[in-house]
Amino acid sequence: MPDVAHQPGPGEAAPEHKEPPYIAIFFVLGVLTLVELGVAFLPWPKLTLILLLLLLAVWKAVLVALYYMHLRFEPNRLRMLAIAPLPLAVILVVAVIQEFS
Amino acid sequence: MAHGAHGAHGAVMQPPLYAEPGAGVYNEKLGMWVFLGSEVMFFTALIGSYIILRVATPAAWAPLSERVLNVPITAVNTFILICSSVTMVKAFAAAQLGRQQALCRWLLATVLIGATFVGIQVFEYQELIHKGFVPSAGLFPSTFYTMTGFHGFHVSVGVLCLIYVTWKAFRGKYTGADHRGVEVVGLYWHFVDLVWIILFTIVYLI
Repeated sequence: MPDVAHQPGPGEAAPEHKEPPYIAIFFVLGVLTLVELGVAFLPWPKLTLILLLLLLAVWKAVLVALYYMHLRFEPNRLRMLAIAPLPLAVILVVAVIQEFS
Repeated sequence: MAHGAHGAHGAVMQPPLYAEPGAGVYNEKLGMWVFLGSEVMFFTALIGSYIILRVATPAAWAPLSERVLNVPITAVNTFILICSSVTMVKAFAAAQLGRQQALCRWLLATVLIGATFVGIQVFEYQELIHKGFVPSAGLFPSTFYTMTGFHGFHVSVGVLCLIYVTWKAFRGKYTGADHRGVEVVGLYWHFVDLVWIILFTIVYLI
């Protein structure tokens, strides 16, 4: 009987890695939130503001997903599972918005 | 005919295929990630509809400086939710190391901070309704309450789940070797935080 691949248990879901810098990331998230607040009220062109604010929001979201949700340390298959809905979400919005732009 | 029957019989007698190892994670965690994938599509429908309506009817949205939304208090609330993510992840780290007291302390902090977020959101709603910013007042209020309301509902469910996990932690149900409940509820909690990060930018700042 062929050896079925080892299924990791709860305590060994991901390979051993050093504890991520949770507190440092917390400060980065806090600073990025303050930067967002500052940027939102700048008298810059609207498109520039929108792109900059979206960039900051995505940056924060990626930090949360990578370090607090531990995606950075998960197997590739799980990362694919987590990322899979994102292109669909973008396609949905971009496709429908064509009707109105 | 006989040959066909024999062939079919032969197919039935073939040894079964062995299960593949899957994503390399335990079932509860995999299930939570699949659920979160469906949640991405749920919030995409809400946020996507908001973006599309906003592009289609720009007159329905006042400039940022003229809106009734209380941006400073919501920014504080955003920071509060980020704080709860830190306490949650510290609870997970404590669970991994089998530190029971620290686990209980961090989980309790997460429950309290999460409940504070919901409390501030209720206060914000009361303030907005008092100013006449009710769901029936227009496109912006209706989409605003739909998105933030569903998010608030998710946070509330998260707080209830966290209370259950905290109660189990105080009873010593999680160990360094098995702390699935903490990790799975933590994934949900961080996802709720992540969605708010996006919502805060799109609804309050843009």
